[in-house]
Amino acid sequence: MSAVTSPIAERSLDWKLPYKGKVGMASLIIAESAIFTIFVVAYLFYLGKSITGPTPREVLETPIFFSICLLSSSLTIHLASKELENGHRKTFLILWSITIALGALFLFGTAMEWHRLIYEHGLTISTNLFGTTYYSLVGLHATHVTLGLVMLSIVLLFGLADRVGTDQSARIATLSMYWHFVDAVWVVVFTVVYLIGR
Amino acid sequence: MSSDAIAIPSAGTEARTWVEVVHEWVTTVDHKRLGILYMVYALIFLVIGGIEATIIRIQLMRPHNDFVSPQVFNRMFTMHGTTMIFFVVIPVVFGFANYLVPLMIGARDMAFPRLNAFSFWLTAFGGFLLYFSFLGGNGLYGAGNAPDVGWWAYAPLTSRAFSPGHSSDYWTIALLVSGFGSIGTAVNIIATVLSMRCPGMTLGRMPLFAWLNMFMAGLVILAISPLTAAQVMLCVDRYLGGHFFDTQAGGSATLWMHFFWIFGHPEVYVLVIPAFAFASEIIPVFSRKPIFGYPVMVGATACIVFLSLSVWAHHMFTIGMNSYANSFFAITTFAVGVPTGIKIFNWLGTMWGGKIQFKVPMLFCIGFLFQFLIAGLTGIMQGAAPFDWQLTGSYFVVAHFHYVIVGGILFALFGAFYYWYPKIAGRMLNETLGILHFCLFLIGFHLTFDVMHFPGILGMPRRIYTYEPRPGWGILNLIITIGAFIQGLAILVFVTNLIYSYFKGRKAGNDPWDAWTLEWSVSSPPPAYNFASIPVVESRRPLWDLKHPEDPDSRYE
Repeated sequence: MSAVTSPIAERSLDWKLPYKGKVGMASLIIAESAIFTIFVVAYLFYLGKSITGPTPREVLETPIFFSICLLSSSLTIHLASKELENGHRKTFLILWSITIALGALFLFGTAMEWHRLIYEHGLTISTNLFGTTYYSLVGLHATHVTLGLVMLSIVLLFGLADRVGTDQSARIATLSMYWHFVDAVWVVVFTVVYLIGR
Repeated sequence: MSSDAIAIPSAGTEARTWVEVVHEWVTTVDHKRLGILYMVYALIFLVIGGIEATIIRIQLMRPHNDFVSPQVFNRMFTMHGTTMIFFVVIPVVFGFANYLVPLMIGARDMAFPRLNAFSFWLTAFGGFLLYFSFLGGNGLYGAGNAPDVGWWAYAPLTSRAFSPGHSSDYWTIALLVSGFGSIGTAVNIIATVLSMRCPGMTLGRMPLFAWLNMFMAGLVILAISPLTAAQVMLCVDRYLGGHFFDTQAGGSATLWMHFFWIFGHPEVYVLVIPAFAFASEIIPVFSRKPIFGYPVMVGATACIVFLSLSVWAHHMFTIGMNSYANSFFAITTFAVGVPTGIKIFNWLGTMWGGKIQFKVPMLFCIGFLFQFLIAGLTGIMQGAAPFDWQLTGSYFVVAHFHYVIVGGILFALFGAFYYWYPKIAGRMLNETLGILHFCLFLIGFHLTFDVMHFPGILGMPRRIYTYEPRPGWGILNLIITIGAFIQGLAILVFVTNLIYSYFKGRKAGNDPWDAWTLEWSVSSPPPAYNFASIPVVESRRPLWDLKHPEDPDSRYE
C-alpha cells in the first residue's frame, strides 16, 4: 500500500466538531445523574419505613437561605464565564470568588444542619433508615459541592497568578457546566428531602 | 508509505534496558499501548477465570465428588463470575475500542489520553484488589479467603453477620474502583467519537465499529453508575452501620436486587454490542460486500440500548412482583428480540450473494451468528414469566447466559483477535493453529453448553456444591466437564498461536485482508502518531474509494 492518506488529505473542508471538553463533561453529568437517581430512589423508597425515630417531620428544617446561596452561585458562575469570554479578567475573578464564597456558605449550612441533627436530635447514619438515606443523599451532594469548590479554587489560584485568559474560556465553561449540574441536583434533593419527604 | 517521508525520531531504534521499557509502558498515554495493556490484562484474567471454571467443573464431574470443599466451591463460582465479567470482557472490549476507534475515525489519539491511562490503571488495580482478597480477606494474619457471595452478592449475604472478615469488602471496593475506570473510559470514547473525527467523517460515514462502541460507552455510563451507587450503599452498610439492605431495621433485600440488575442486564448489552461491532466489520470484509442496512443497524443498536434499560426485573420474576410488573418486563424482554433479529438479518443480508472467504476471523463470526441466535431464543423462552418460574436458578439459566457470553461474545472476540492481530502485532496469526483453535473450541463449546441445558430442565439448581446420583445427572455433568477441558485446550492453542506468531508469523503488511476502513491505511503496527497527515474521507469505505477511483462509494451514498 502506498500513499494512502496523503493524496486524499489535500483538500480542506469546512469541518467543525463539538468541543471535546463539553462532550466529556456532558457524559460525566449523565453518569452522575444515574448515580444520584439511585440514591433518590432509595430515599423515596424508604420514606416512612424507619422502625424507630426520629422522623424527617420531627427534625428537618428547610434550609431556604443556604439553598438560595447555592442556586444564585449558578448565576454568578455563568456571568463569570461570560465575562472571561469577553476578556474582562478582573470582573471574572470577582464573580468567580463570589461563586466560591456562595458554595462555601452552602457547605457551612449543611455542616450546621448536620451538627444540629447529630447533637440535638441524636440522628446519625446508623440510627434508622431515615438517617442512612438522608446522610447518604445529602452527603453525596455535599461531596460534589466540595469537589466543585476544590476545582473552582484551583482556577481562582491560577487566575490570581494571571494564568487564566480568554483562551481558557472553553475550559472555564466546561467547569461551570459541572457547577450548574451540582446546583440542579440540589433542586431535586431539596424537593425530595425537604418538600416531599416531610 | 507517505509517513516515511516525515522524519520523526522513533523510540525503538536504540537498545533500552527492561526498566526503561517497563517505565515506558507504565507511563504511556498512547491509545494503542493502552489498548494492548487492556487486552493483555484481560487475557491473563481469562486464563485465571478459566482455571476457576475448570475447578468448578471438576467438582461437578460426578455425584458426591469432593475435589474441593464447599467453601472453596462458593469462592470459585463467585470469583469466576466476577472475573469474567469485570476483568475479562469489559477490559478486552475497552482494549479494542481504545486501539481501534481513533484509528478508524482518523484521529491521532483519544480525546483525553491521560484520563485514558488513569482509567486503565483504575481497572487494573480493581482486579488486583479482588485477587488480593485471597491473601487479605481475613486481614493479613492467617489464611485469607476470597468473596463467596456469588457475583450478584444478594443481600443479606453481604451483611456483616453473614460475611465476616473483609472478603466482601474487597469485592465491593474492587468493583467500585474498576467501575470508576469504566466510566472514565466510556466518557473518553464518547468524546472521541463525537469530537475527534477526521474531516469528512460525518456520523453517517463513520464505521459501524465506532457507532456501536459509542452506544456501548453510553450504556456503560447508564449501567455502571447505578452499580457504583449500590456499592457505595453497601459500603455504608458494612462500615458505617447503615441500613440500606438491612431487613431487621426495615431495609430491603429486594432493593439491592433491583439496583444490581439495573446494572446487570444492560451490562450484558455493554458486552455484546462490541461483539456486534466486531461482526459488523469482519463479515462485510470477508463477504466482499459493504454492510447491508447500515442506517438500520445504527437504529437497531439505539433501540437495543433503549430497551435494555427497561428489562432488568426479568431476572427477578420469582420475588413476587405483581402481574402488571411481570407482564411489563416480559413484554420488554420479548421486544429486545426485534432489533436483535434485525441485526442478524443484516449480517445474513451482507453475506447473501457475497464472495465469502472462510478465513479464521470469518469462521468465528459465522459461529457467533448461529450461536448468538440460539442464545437469544433461550433468552426469549425465559422472558416468559411462567416459564422462568420453573427454570430460574437452574442450570438452564447458566447454559443460556454462557451461550450468550461464550457462544456469542467470546466467539466474536476471537474473530476480532484474528482479524486485528496483524494490525497490532504486524504479523499474521497462524492459519492452521487458528483453524485448530476454532474446531476445538466449537466442539468443546457445544459439548459443554448444549448439554448444560438438560440438567437444568431436569431440575439441577445452579451453585450447588454437589448432587445426588439421579438418573442422567452424572453422565450429563461428565460430558459438560469433558467439553470444558476441550475448551481449555483450545484456549491453550490460541495463546500458543498469539505468542508463536508474534515471533514467527508471516509479515502482515498494511492491509492483509484488503479491507476498507482507515486503520488499514497505516503501517502495521501503526506509528505512535497514527496518521502523518490527517485523512479526509468521502464515504463509509475510504480505502475502497482509494483502491477503486473509477467507482468510488461516494458516488452512491
